[in-house]
Amino acid sequence: MNKRTYPVLRSFSCATLLAFGSVAHAATLSLEITNLTQGIHFTPFIVATHQTDHQFFEAGMAASTSLQAMAEGGDISGLETDAVAAGAMVVKNPNLGLLMPGQAVASFDISANAGDNLSLAAMLLPTNDGFAGIDSWPIPTQAGTYTLMVNAYDAGTEANNELITADSGAPGVIGIPADPSGKAGTGGSGVTSTEQNMAVHIHRGSLGDDDAAAGLSDLDNTVHRWLNPVLKVTITVQ
Amino acid sequence: MNKLIKIAAVVLCGATLVACADSDDDHAKQASYRLTVHNLTNNQPFSPLAFALHQAQYNPWQVGMAASLGLEKLAEGGDTTDFLRDSAIVAANAGDGIVAPGMSQSVDITVPTHQMLMYSAATMLVNTNDGFTGLKQYDISALMPGESMTMLATVYDAGTEKNTESTDTMPGPADNGIGFDATRDDVGFVAAHQGVVTQDDGLTSSVLNQSHRFESKVAKFTIERIE
Repeated sequence: MNKRTYPVLRSFSCATLLAFGSVAHAATLSLEITNLTQGIHFTPFIVATHQTDHQFFEAGMAASTSLQAMAEGGDISGLETDAVAAGAMVVKNPNLGLLMPGQAVASFDISANAGDNLSLAAMLLPTNDGFAGIDSWPIPTQAGTYTLMVNAYDAGTEANNELITADSGAPGVIGIPADPSGKAGTGGSGVTSTEQNMAVHIHRGSLGDDDAAAGLSDLDNTVHRWLNPVLKVTITVQ
Repeated sequence: MNKLIKIAAVVLCGATLVACADSDDDHAKQASYRLTVHNLTNNQPFSPLAFALHQAQYNPWQVGMAASLGLEKLAEGGDTTDFLRDSAIVAANAGDGIVAPGMSQSVDITVPTHQMLMYSAATMLVNTNDGFTGLKQYDISALMPGESMTMLATVYDAGTEKNTESTDTMPGPADNGIGFDATRDDVGFVAAHQGVVTQDDGLTSSVLNQSHRFESKVAKFTIERIE
């Protein structure tokens, strides 16, 4: 009961302040990010609160070069530069490294201005250009706790050949840069060399195979597959 | 806002008065719920359900944490006994047998009214190594007679048995193999299930076929307060 009435009282007092016309409405958000998968690692996250005209990505549209760098190699510096240039607040790498399967990023805060949206992104390893992302979630004005289930997307920038290849995190170099789980094989011949949908789209999942020394894929079909959603993000608006 | 709160307070007072006048009427102190599950899979029968109405302390599983022995027994072999043994459970029901794909099952539970009451449920997908679906810790305290809640449930992996899908490892009709095995040889934590691979999709040692595949949502749970 207390929990339910609190946001009502809070918005009431905000409304009162606004009536005097002197207070900008800013908010602090606390985020918790849980990796729901059994065998996928996430590269360092980037989280931003930003105005509505900025985006990390949009499903159905081509990826930016900054998104491509994140999705193919986990490099979030481009997304950060873009967001800062657009006046966003940014938190990067809140987990201080990879987020392991089943684990959660300890709660962290980010501030937001009135009317801001929240976006988030990180690459799935091992994939060619798979990432999990939130595109422009409108931050509620009402205090409370909100839960978002986040899907894995394919950036559409690289064919999903599913071959572990050194230094392939760089844009334009095909391959999966690493498998932190250490359970990938070698010697695959490649699942595919083409990408049908070159816009950002829902990832179809990895294929994998059961041959650690040959087959089409270097991935293990009992370890590296997943079903969406892949992340649970809990956001507390204070 | 203030007006709403005052009205709520008045109604609460009224309820208190009615309860006092009728203090020998047990119906005022009980709540009855109809718990329903629909199996939305193509070829994954559900083991007999574990339904529990409980206090907040009962947490049947947590992503990233090791499965309890009760959950392991449920997820590997469909045995609900230990899963439903917890001091925070107010009332439990072990269902009415297997729920086949496309079928549903309902049970009614009556409990004394509680200020805080939660609902959890779980069942094994029997043609998997240790896959289960269910709900946990749904707050039903505010559910009034005639109201209901419906949730689509995801598949989890208990993390206690490797998903080999091979002969004699799964209790369901696809294999008729061993259910619970005390050995833990998997990742050691509960996570979202990654789906079954099956022989048709490249796992040579699997006894499953394309019909046993599923997506992340496999069950529909409804809870209705009937009294």
